[in-house]
Amino acid sequence: MPDVENNQADKVRKWQQITVISPYSRELGLRLHEVEPDWCVIKVLPDERLVGNPASGVVHGGVITALLDSCYGLAIFVKLNNLRPMATLDLRIDYLKPATPGREILGGAVCYKLGHELAFVRGAAYHDSPDDPIATSSGIFMFTDGPVIPLEAALTMLEGFKP
Amino acid sequence: MTIESIVAAARHSRDWEPLVNLVPYARFLGVRLDIRGDQFGACMPFDKKLIGNPALPALHGGAIGGFLESAGLFYLLWDMDSADLPKTINFTFEYLRSGRPVDTYAQVFMVKQGRRVAHLRVEAWQSSPDKPIAIGHGNFMLKPVDEPQTSKP
Repeated sequence: MPDVENNQADKVRKWQQITVISPYSRELGLRLHEVEPDWCVIKVLPDERLVGNPASGVVHGGVITALLDSCYGLAIFVKLNNLRPMATLDLRIDYLKPATPGREILGGAVCYKLGHELAFVRGAAYHDSPDDPIATSSGIFMFTDGPVIPLEAALTMLEGFKP
Repeated sequence: MTIESIVAAARHSRDWEPLVNLVPYARFLGVRLDIRGDQFGACMPFDKKLIGNPALPALHGGAIGGFLESAGLFYLLWDMDSADLPKTINFTFEYLRSGRPVDTYAQVFMVKQGRRVAHLRVEAWQSSPDKPIAIGHGNFMLKPVDEPQTSKP
């Protein structure tokens, strides 16, 4: 079904622009990988600057933190289908195994409860499958004051801010 | 140079920069250690690249989180004799205040030191240490120097 594929590519292209609004996400080179209502995936590519242990070449835990934090924000936006100001309230990460040096890392997340004030998310960092995770994680986000911007309006606004 | 020898050299020279330079991601965040006598401190100077929400602006939760975890790891290397970088088992972050676009500091508290696992609380603050912007706590697997090393890379 080419139409479905086109729609999917279009969706990824749109949400990719949202993913990189944050300067820190751009600096880490985060890229949108997949976007579904119940599973949003962002990837981080191998980068020497992101290593935590120089002897093993394994990526720093902080990179996983940033990847999942970004992915959670995206999963909530996708669930809302608009951009609403929010802040991370709580974030928990369990490190199950080291990432393989030189491989891209995927961060997947789902917003499993969307309330008026809070959004609850869970996710994982992995190479091949969320069933074989590098890290598992959950988080709580709190909506903050500010305008709610529909996705299309946000993309139009971004056009005006192209660097 | 092994971690052990770099830590030993830093203790002697009181220059901890080589230790930070050893960890690429800590260098990426711009982490600096501020160690005075038996007081351990860490700083993440403000940089535009650390912004998460450009509208506010506020620091990225991932940048603050990475800084907290880095500070914890450096604290363990500074505080005890470790043969290798400790491994984070789990880490929980509570974000209490928005991270403003200014320098961020960290103080570390050893909650429990076991033989194999240490539990730390790490607090990030900007205007004052009694107004933390984020608190992290987590378990770290230690590699004591006297324990025989496995052949893992």
